[in-house]
Amino acid sequence: MIEWSLIIYCGLITFFSRFSMIALLKKEMFTDRIRVVLSFVPSAIFPAIIFPAIFLNNAGDFMLENNPKIFAAVIAIIIGLITKNVIATIFSGLISYWFLIFIIFS
Amino acid sequence: MNSKLKIFFKGIVDVSPLMIPVVPFGIIFGVLSIDLGLTPITTMAMSIIIFGGASQIIFLQLFSAGASSLVILSSVGAVNSRHMLYGLVLSEHMSDLKIFWKIIISYFLVDQAFAVSNSYLKNNDNKDRAFHVFGGGATCWVVWQTTTIIGIFLGSVIPEKLGLSFAIPLTFLALLVNDFRKLINIIVIIISGLVATLGYELIPFKAYVIVAAAVGLIAAMILTKFMRIKE
Repeated sequence: MIEWSLIIYCGLITFFSRFSMIALLKKEMFTDRIRVVLSFVPSAIFPAIIFPAIFLNNAGDFMLENNPKIFAAVIAIIIGLITKNVIATIFSGLISYWFLIFIIFS
Repeated sequence: MNSKLKIFFKGIVDVSPLMIPVVPFGIIFGVLSIDLGLTPITTMAMSIIIFGGASQIIFLQLFSAGASSLVILSSVGAVNSRHMLYGLVLSEHMSDLKIFWKIIISYFLVDQAFAVSNSYLKNNDNKDRAFHVFGGGATCWVVWQTTTIIGIFLGSVIPEKLGLSFAIPLTFLALLVNDFRKLINIIVIIISGLVATLGYELIPFKAYVIVAAAVGLIAAMILTKFMRIKE
């Protein structure tokens, strides 16, 4: 089954991304410059998951009006900035999303 | 108690507070995986074989959208590239260990373990200090597998109408929220997000994640070259 081989390959990739630097490479190969750029990896990748999931509907169309996900995401960001707490951020977003879809937009 | 075991337990104690956010994350993963039609066994296998929250959720997202294997693998690779940074930082503390322990500790090197062990390792010169990472990572492993199982059971109970898939962008948003305070990060976030959104339909093979990440990293390279940053 294709999903099993995919899972195993993904497992290997994940393992070797952790193992490679520990076992294979020398510290000197990484300059400060590369380290600085690598620290931006989360900021470069996570929005590619976040933005389409908020702004696009299931068919891939752009949804700017009447989109409760945008409001919920803004609330989550504000709560996140105030509390610096991962769970508070996730749940404030989810709860405001439910409030919007079940009470306001319904 | 020998020193390896002592340091291992110290790792468990130190990482414990960081396990609180892992609980909902693991449950969300299990619920979503079942929602998206994967079997309980495949879901469990992902948590054991991949053992990386962000990688597993990206896998789910792309797999259920029908992305090709190559796109899934390269996206997981891109998400994982931050682990190379962890390995790089920790490698000097692990250079005396046998290859067996390097393999074991690598498997357990997750974000939370790195976060707590990084400062411990800097302030200790015990030759077995790397076992702190093992303790932290093993704790995270137990929590992750347990919450995956809970999520698998809840997945068949929780109605689809709740729109729990919205928890995916929220989870990543929560992981990024400290970066919203830094100007260069904000610019990189917006650039990557726009490329992904606009390229979602245009970029073939669902490769929008990789393309957006590459554009975002190039932007970070240019911006950090021209704007002085002090962390």
